[in-house]
Amino acid sequence: MKRVYTKEEACIGCRLCEVHCLTEHSRSKNIIKAHKKEFPRAISRVLVEELRPVSFAVQCRHCDEPVCVEACITGAITKDESGKVVHDEEKCVGCWTCVLVCPHGAPRRDLERRKVAKCDLCPDRETPACVEMCPNRALVYEER
Amino acid sequence: MSYVIIGNSVAAVGAIEAIRRIDKETPITVISDEPYAVYSRPLISELLAGQVKEEMMGYRAPDFYERHGVEAKLGTRVVSIDSKKKTVKTEAGESIGYNKLLIATGGTPFVPPMKGRELGRVMTFIKMDDAKKIEEMLPELKHVVVIGAGLIGLKAAESLHHRGVKVTVVELADRVMATVLDVEAGKVVQDALENAGIDIITGDTVDEILGDNMGLVNGVKMKSGEALDCDAVIVAIGVVPNAAFAKASGVEVNRGIITDDHMRTNLPDVYAAGDVTEGLDYLSGDNRVMPIWPNAYIQGKIAGFNMTGEERIFTGGLAVNSIELFGVPVVTAGMSNVDSDDLEVLKKSEGGSYRKIVLRDNKVVGAVLVGNIDRAGLVTGLIRERIDISAMRERLLADDFGYIDFPVELRKERLGVAL
Amino acid sequence: MKTYQLPEVKIERDKDRCIDCQVCVRQCAFEAHKVDEDGDVYSEDEKCVACQRCVSLCPTNALTIKDNTPFVKDNANWTAETQKYIWKQAETGGVLLTGMGNPKPYPIYWDHMLLNASQVTNPSIDPLREPMELRTYLGSKPDKIDIKMVDGEPVLNTKLAPQLMVKTPILFSAMSFGAVSYSVCEGLARASKELGTFWNTGEGGLPQNLYEYGPNTIVQVASGRFGVHSEYLDAAAAIEIKIGQGAKPGIGGHLPGEKVGPVVSRTRMIPEGSDAISPAPHHDIYSIEDLSQLIYSLKEATEYTKPISVKISAVHNVAAIASGIARAGADIIAIDGFRGGTGAAPTMIRDNVGIPIELAIAAVDTRLRDEAIRNRVSVIAAGGFRNSADVIKAIALGADAVYLGTAALVAMGCHVCQMCYTGKCNWGIATQDPYLEKRLNPDVAAERLFNLVSGWSHEIAEMLGGMGLNAIESLRGNRLHLRSIGLSTEEMDILGLQAAGSPMA
Ligand SMILES: Cc1cc2nc3c(=O)[nH]c(=O)nc-3n(C[C@H](O)[C@H](O)[C@H](O)COP(=O)(O)OP(=O)(O)OC[C@H]3O[C@@H](n4cnc5c(N)ncnc54)[C@H](O)[C@@H]3O)c2cc1C
Ligand code: SF4
Ligand code: SF4
Repeated sequence: MKRVYTKEEACIGCRLCEVHCLTEHSRSKNIIKAHKKEFPRAISRVLVEELRPVSFAVQCRHCDEPVCVEACITGAITKDESGKVVHDEEKCVGCWTCVLVCPHGAPRRDLERRKVAKCDLCPDRETPACVEMCPNRALVYEER
Repeated sequence: MSYVIIGNSVAAVGAIEAIRRIDKETPITVISDEPYAVYSRPLISELLAGQVKEEMMGYRAPDFYERHGVEAKLGTRVVSIDSKKKTVKTEAGESIGYNKLLIATGGTPFVPPMKGRELGRVMTFIKMDDAKKIEEMLPELKHVVVIGAGLIGLKAAESLHHRGVKVTVVELADRVMATVLDVEAGKVVQDALENAGIDIITGDTVDEILGDNMGLVNGVKMKSGEALDCDAVIVAIGVVPNAAFAKASGVEVNRGIITDDHMRTNLPDVYAAGDVTEGLDYLSGDNRVMPIWPNAYIQGKIAGFNMTGEERIFTGGLAVNSIELFGVPVVTAGMSNVDSDDLEVLKKSEGGSYRKIVLRDNKVVGAVLVGNIDRAGLVTGLIRERIDISAMRERLLADDFGYIDFPVELRKERLGVAL
Repeated sequence: MKTYQLPEVKIERDKDRCIDCQVCVRQCAFEAHKVDEDGDVYSEDEKCVACQRCVSLCPTNALTIKDNTPFVKDNANWTAETQKYIWKQAETGGVLLTGMGNPKPYPIYWDHMLLNASQVTNPSIDPLREPMELRTYLGSKPDKIDIKMVDGEPVLNTKLAPQLMVKTPILFSAMSFGAVSYSVCEGLARASKELGTFWNTGEGGLPQNLYEYGPNTIVQVASGRFGVHSEYLDAAAAIEIKIGQGAKPGIGGHLPGEKVGPVVSRTRMIPEGSDAISPAPHHDIYSIEDLSQLIYSLKEATEYTKPISVKISAVHNVAAIASGIARAGADIIAIDGFRGGTGAAPTMIRDNVGIPIELAIAAVDTRLRDEAIRNRVSVIAAGGFRNSADVIKAIALGADAVYLGTAALVAMGCHVCQMCYTGKCNWGIATQDPYLEKRLNPDVAAERLFNLVSGWSHEIAEMLGGMGLNAIESLRGNRLHLRSIGLSTEEMDILGLQAAGSPMA
């Protein structure tokens, strides 16, 4: 399956992937509204780690044998037929078990909603927002 | 050919999903004495708290059994196994044949012999029906005593508190969650509970449950001699494997059903998984009962694969616990609270936040995070993958510990290759 | 010392649009954007160099950088710029430094030349339907060729000098690794390979990882001789002796030690952290004969398999110098006009020394023709080519091909802020700072360069076809296809152009 991969040598640490991920997961999908008018604010599912000059983006790896799926106490996280690891916000109770078990530290805590937020590979788009909006092609969406 | 699974919870689901990855044909029968389709047992506290509705308790979609070709015999109790004839017998006398059998009967609450334990409103809290029963009593409840400050006891206490009931938790140890938390972490959690208005009594226990002339609880008498008035008691001092019927049928049981690395029991074609087992502990290398949800799923999965003939090895369970009480999240992994000379402890505590990492031979073997628990899984991953942390030692306690602190090669491998 | 310099730009932040994402803060190496304790982002005008990095990355278009040229009392002599320079020097006591090419409003002759097009009698050619040859060969051509017949077929009986075949008459000019980032070099190298043209290492040597692009690489031998060794010469398709550079004729170069990191150090063969100083002259060249010696040494070293180019800046007697270079045995003469870019040059030199490339091309082409040695060398013109029209006009004036420097940088993201010499290029171009250098992804750079040159080549093909020509070589030096507009008779004379409106002779 296609996954998002980071190219550390091209990541410039601008964090635009985070900005656009948040926007994509907002109600309005309007960048300004999403950041200034929507409460609670959506949260980005991608996280840029940085220790200059190195930086890279981390998001759910959509593991082949996802430990989060095995650990989720509500069944909110499942792996669908395409291999995507999907998270059902309705079911999630914010117990943070997935936060505790994901070896990549991918699930992020949305404290306002008390839910986990994790990469869903942007179901409404052909290419995930982070990949498409990266100004330096440091993220790629491909089969490896 | 047929698969039979006794118990209808997460271990059963783990097995069903694994079986169906390999074998799409052979019928599967699941037998459970609970009348419900598989639900998220840990959510019974949220159900009681009114935070989750019953419709949302389902662990899998309503069409789960249908889609997986499973016949679910609910409300049916198994009383024995005949491993020669390869049948199981139900309470109603029905005999069901199997080729491969999985025992996934979970645990049952341990209620110690004490005076008054048979009184009305002496409760345990591990089933959906327990939550419903307490819900029915709620109008009568003003003060409830919870015996045991483990995860289940505290969740029950929090739920009742949310419903406006005064709660006192009694714990024999000197702190809450004593099995997984050290003194410092225990204190943070206890403070949160007490600040919220829950009374906690440690270093003491209930000697006797007192009842009124209607046979209902009206108080408890403590070991210290003190007496408390209350309208109900919830006993939550632990669960024991539900293995008695299995033992009687010839399955080898110590504290739980003894399983090998294929999740096989001593009887041919009989497997066991979940809270009922005494499986391998990843860190200690010993067998022990590890009654946590993820472990039950994984054991069920391994059993399921092996039942189809697809060989998978159970490499051992890792104890992980995550709980949030009154807004204070607490997570633990591995040997979070073990004292031993060969262990090195790194810790840091500041402003309601606590971080502790336990090392052995430069590898992480345990962790406790309270407050800021973001990306705790990175640490759990270090434990599970037995990664040498010499290069990142200094950063393990940092709130923003991340992949950036990993050696480059390891990081690239982890980010480039799906695990 | 309190600075008297006034902010030249104003950063306007539309607070209704700004989402405080801090992209601008992270992107500005000059620290013009800051964030306060509350997470509010604000800007400091005086630090802004107008490189437009923040503007182009701001996801909400909240930023605009506006001209804020300080109002100084009406005075043609003591302009804001003049005063700025004086303040700067009064504060530092140093030489004014700058980057990129001459920005002064000297005449741009390209804008005074018009191209011809065919009508009726000599119909134009549609390059989409008919073959159009933009390919040309750079190198020395024989005075005459000898053909003999073998089995009734003609066979060339003259030994030709080595040639560079370019698929389009556009090459990338010398920009040294050290002055520009590794990513720039990689982008140029990869684009050259794709395009079937050449890039030029400049005087900084050829980074080891780029040896695979040798067949598309022109390597330079400059006064500092940085990075010159036999594999370097062997790897190249051609060798260029650098005598001068349009932005700073007559002076050498200086790459400060901060830019000499491990890779630059290895590539240039100098110690890490040491300044790389290129002397103004080659210490072994004081005459055309000396130059000839170097040309032939290089030919010997590479067994006469590669063309040797000599690059000079366009100065007053450029025609005579070019003639000397041709006679010294060079295969290619590269002439860099006064708008040629640079990583660092003294401002006064950049702005006041040298002549426009247009005049230099015409003067050199005319002189070499007059001396009947035009065939002995190819002429590559450089220095401020802005678009395909400039390129085709240069060829009509007499150049064989052109070098793109600044335009290539602009294609990769440069916004000509002229801060190259600071090493803090926010676009990852003129920098060795690993944090900044990453901003130029070689994949992106190569693709943008490829696109630019492809676009220009299409336009050149269109314009050629319009003139009724089907090969770029048919246009070279064909000044009848040009007419001048708004030029004095002397200028027209030097350019060898007739006025617009005069008939085809
Ligand atoms: C309130 C509460 C909160 C919890 N919270 C967490 C948490 O946050 N995280 C975590 O990791 N774990 C948690 N746990 C533990 C977790 O729920 C168990 O580890 C998990 O449910 C074990 O699954 P299992 O499949 O082994 O068995 P169980 O879930 O115990 O299910 C066994 C099933 O088998 C049935 N059964 C038993 N005997 C028979 C028989 N003879 N015939 C037919 N059916 C039979 C039982 O009725 C039951 O339905 C919690 C538990 C409780 C009670
Ligand atoms: S959340 Fe973590 S464990 Fe789950 S699929 Fe994503 S990366 Fe894997
Ligand atoms: S936080 Fe949500 S998704 Fe994660 S384990 Fe808990 S319920 Fe599942």
